[in-house]
Amino acid sequence: MTGLRADLALISDWVTDGARLLDLGCGDGALLAELAATRQVTGYGVEIDPQSVVSCVARGVNVIQQDIDAGLQQFADQSFDLVLMTQALQAVHRPDAVLREMARVGREAIVTFPNFGHWRVRARLAFGGRMPLSDALPHAWYDTPNIHLCTVRDFEGLTAELGLRVCERVMVNSRHRTSALRQLFPNLLGEIAVYRLRRD
Amino acid sequence: MDSASVGVVTPQQFVCETGIDLACGQRLDQYTLVYETYGALNAAADNAVLICHALSGDHHAAGLRSADDSKPGWWDNAIGPGKAIDTNRWFVVCANNLGGCAGSTGPASTKPATGKPFGRDFPLVTVEDWVDSQAALAQHLGIGRWAAVVGGSLGGMQALDWAIRRPAQVQRVVIVAAAPRLSTQNIAFNEIARQAIRSDPDFHDGDYLAHNAIPRHGLKLARMLGHITYLSGDGMRNKFGRELREGKLSFNFDVEFQVESYLRYQGEAFVNRFDANTYLLMTKALDYFDPAARTGGDLAAALKPASARFFVAAFSSDWRFAPTRSREIVDALMANGQAVSYAEIESPHGHDAFLMPIEPYHQMLRDFLQTPAEARA
Repeated sequence: MTGLRADLALISDWVTDGARLLDLGCGDGALLAELAATRQVTGYGVEIDPQSVVSCVARGVNVIQQDIDAGLQQFADQSFDLVLMTQALQAVHRPDAVLREMARVGREAIVTFPNFGHWRVRARLAFGGRMPLSDALPHAWYDTPNIHLCTVRDFEGLTAELGLRVCERVMVNSRHRTSALRQLFPNLLGEIAVYRLRRD
Repeated sequence: MDSASVGVVTPQQFVCETGIDLACGQRLDQYTLVYETYGALNAAADNAVLICHALSGDHHAAGLRSADDSKPGWWDNAIGPGKAIDTNRWFVVCANNLGGCAGSTGPASTKPATGKPFGRDFPLVTVEDWVDSQAALAQHLGIGRWAAVVGGSLGGMQALDWAIRRPAQVQRVVIVAAAPRLSTQNIAFNEIARQAIRSDPDFHDGDYLAHNAIPRHGLKLARMLGHITYLSGDGMRNKFGRELREGKLSFNFDVEFQVESYLRYQGEAFVNRFDANTYLLMTKALDYFDPAARTGGDLAAALKPASARFFVAAFSSDWRFAPTRSREIVDALMANGQAVSYAEIESPHGHDAFLMPIEPYHQMLRDFLQTPAEARA
């Protein structure tokens, strides 16, 4: 895997060959392009940013310019093997609604998000008294696109409520490295959470 | 001359001796299509791009008619060496549609049986008829399969029909600011345009040429109405506001507001280059187009046979062919798992935006044409 963001590299190991994919918030289409080349996946990316849509078209990735918050009603139930959403959950208006839609449209979902329970985030708020800034959360409070931050515990509370089963969870740091300790204390030591979910 | 121009272009003629059986049941035993080409067809004949024109367009899509011509073809900003549809790479073909008034056989042409203009006798043609005649032209040019068929508005409907009915003959399809069929509101606008023309005393039930007349007034009104629908409300406000030509109200019915002056000018200019019967026929072709009608209203079912890779684009302020209409095509393709990308391009220029050199739009056009043709989604 060359030049691919490390969390994307991690995800690609979870993708089966020839799968039908929907990538929500697909950015410049790098993941879909890579998966199409290495795993013969097919499918679409969904992206709202115009410049990212241009990049997707340049890569030959099927991209649909659309606001995820407007819903996924154009996609039929269980019409994809896998629905992905990397680092976008915290930026949507209704994460619960989006997760529900992902579970409806896909047989499996992969979600990644920055963990607000990470010790450094907690420390900055507890001892600094200020909104946390980190490699995983680089934006100031007033200009951040991240409007729905959550912790690992929050997220798993929501997935349980939505009837989603956690098949896999990997916690990584902002350089997307895993470690045994990080898996042991995910909410404290994981900066970015990577989840594979299925409907119960 | 602009170095990115295809330069002076000489239109060519294709006379189809085998004629065409039209959707309306009538037959033309022979017809002529006037067309232009830009760039060169390669040895494999696999670099040909067909441009389908819209209601008021013609075959002169790019370049100049003569060395001292000041006005280039209608899509010159997109077609030329180094441009989005790069004529260094693509062999670009654009034909005046059958029933047109720029040189192809149409209502103003001479009817062989009578030696007089067709006038009211010219049959109503459909989008499918156009595509069939374009297919005859392709065969004449030695093009077995288009690398791409590209069209905006009514041209997008032709591109869509190519993809559905001739899937083996088109690798990529570009549909810009179009719809899978007209909305009720659109048909209503077309009907007003037609009534404006048909109620002009100079119309003579379509045989105006035989009466040495032209329904100038009706055609002008039709164009003025159409023009309003091609612009956005904001676009018109930004361009004209409530600006007065004389700076003050004159309390009469002469031109007072700048927008009135603009519309009258556009209407006049149009009358001088366009035929009223062609306008009527074009609006009918728009109204009739509905590929899903063949599949019980199911657009996805209608699109099933298509094997091309699609790029669909719409413009944010276009209300005549709104983005939601383009999405109908996109959603139907996605329901089938067909290869499609969709961009909703930000522009204040309404429907007319499809003719404008909007950077991301042209960039995507350029890139899409270069994507591998195998269509997987």
